[in-house]
Amino acid sequence: MRLAAAAVFLAAALLTGVLVGPVDLGALTVVHATFAHVLGLHSPLSGADDAILWQLRLPRVILGALVGGTLAAAGAAYQGVFRNPLADPYLLGAAAGAGLGATLVAAYAPGSGLSGDLLPLSAFAGAGVAVVAAYVLGRSAGAAAGPAALILAGVTVASFFTALQIFVQQQHVDTVQQVYSWLLGRLSTAGWREVAIIAPYAVASWLILLGHRRLLDVLAVGDDEAAALGVNVARVRLLVVVAATIATAAAVAVAGLIAFVGIIVPHTIRLLIGGSYRLLLPLSIVVGAGFLVFADVIARTVMSPAELPIGVVTAFFGAPFFAVILRTSRRAA
Amino acid sequence: MFRSLLLVATVAALLAVQSVSAATTPHRIISLSPTATESLFAIGAGKQVVAVDDQSDYPKRAPRTTLSGFTPNVEAIAAYRPDLVVVQYDSGDVVEALHKLNIRVLVQPSAKNLTAAYGQIRQLGNITAHKRAAAALVTRMKKAIARAVASTPHRRLAVYHELSPDYYSATSKTFIGRIYKLFGLRNIADAADSTGSGYPQLSAEYILGANPSLIVLADTRCCGQSVASVSGRPGWSNVAAVRTRSVVAIDDSVASRWGPRVVQFVQAVARVLRKR
Repeated sequence: MRLAAAAVFLAAALLTGVLVGPVDLGALTVVHATFAHVLGLHSPLSGADDAILWQLRLPRVILGALVGGTLAAAGAAYQGVFRNPLADPYLLGAAAGAGLGATLVAAYAPGSGLSGDLLPLSAFAGAGVAVVAAYVLGRSAGAAAGPAALILAGVTVASFFTALQIFVQQQHVDTVQQVYSWLLGRLSTAGWREVAIIAPYAVASWLILLGHRRLLDVLAVGDDEAAALGVNVARVRLLVVVAATIATAAAVAVAGLIAFVGIIVPHTIRLLIGGSYRLLLPLSIVVGAGFLVFADVIARTVMSPAELPIGVVTAFFGAPFFAVILRTSRRAA
Repeated sequence: MFRSLLLVATVAALLAVQSVSAATTPHRIISLSPTATESLFAIGAGKQVVAVDDQSDYPKRAPRTTLSGFTPNVEAIAAYRPDLVVVQYDSGDVVEALHKLNIRVLVQPSAKNLTAAYGQIRQLGNITAHKRAAAALVTRMKKAIARAVASTPHRRLAVYHELSPDYYSATSKTFIGRIYKLFGLRNIADAADSTGSGYPQLSAEYILGANPSLIVLADTRCCGQSVASVSGRPGWSNVAAVRTRSVVAIDDSVASRWGPRVVQFVQAVARVLRKR
């Protein structure tokens, strides 16, 4: 029932995303064109409008859904595995690592630039390296230190990578604008290529996370208690973190940093239906996908024909929302 | 025309009086503005220049250093014992800091139009004692630009000026946008600038929908864009400019500065418009 409601939300988002844009294609025409495309008939759209629908709008909507679902699921998983309501997908340094990776390419391989394959690849690698470094560092503190050690290690690694990024930027001032506009979320240049890059990672990570949702519920009671129930805590934590991180890194590589999705979506669902991961994880994926698609509709229409960075939209709605969550959780406590 | 010239001259004179207190000719100039560097060398004041900033990559013979105009270090600047420092903007209160060291500072901000750009060249000529060379350069620039503009058929074609591959553009209010106006072109970025920043980010859908007849790429060096890469973008093969091979790739530094090389920019645009 709740999943059905979430699915309706996602369907509404996808429909709005395809029908609404800076160029008015006409709702009926879009539907007509879609049937024509699927059935191989003659499209009612002109060449340019056809390209707008199939090469620009549709891949952007699908990419938004994949990235939104991934970030929300990764956020929910991180919050469970670290028992920290503030955990977001970038907690273990994925954002800082991706930023450094992107900056290095912009500074030392100029020309390959914003649109080449090198930049997403390097951002992906940077995010991976940062999280592995944080994990190794956190584990070296010993299992007794628990999830707190891992979070501290993530903060440490993130600060270090950010310092390196700023240093490289100081040496190559001309790259600053490029790197920031890349990092601030760039669904605006999305195409089928980006969809193809992220889709396998997103789907694989969703499946792994969904497979662990019962164990995440067990983990919520505490490391020792979970171990007493026969759960291999370290192994579950590693698997969940790896799955969430790889998908986050892929999301950052194709879409830049998009704030707050990983926090507000899982918390909204918790407020509405409670905290069990059996429902929380699948709902996070579906609602996260719908949320980001809606946010992107706002990003590309509110100032049309100019764009608003998607990160600005999610944070603009995310920050006040988060304030409300903090207030209500204080009252409950 | 005469009135606006008079205004610019007055402003320039005021700036000169304010920034340059002593009237002696400088012989140890530091330029932290790539545009000013180009102008100084073009008017024959190159021999008086002892150091230029890390972004001043033209002309090649300019004494490029690691000095930065974005994050200027006053001690590093002072170490060159300059008697004049030209900056593009007062980053980190560098102007006041240099004044404390009794070093003359000239602020030449981004020019909003050609008149202001010519004013800055003349100002540099006055201060460096190359007044006649500066005046001659301005005359040459004006003539070359007028000739290039006159060589094209005036049609209200739509132009898209690309600053970065995520579709940041420049409106008619910007320096570069005013140049498109000289050609009578219609700038597709104008409709997108509700905040008046001059540099809106356009949506890809809108660009394809607007179907520009001319695309100018000012992101060739920073971001590796080229005629081929634009033609290869999904959905862009239908755009008029791509179909008629009216995509111009221009060195970013030529397209982003307002110095003597603006003539090259105007001529490059004129060449493509003539071919159409």
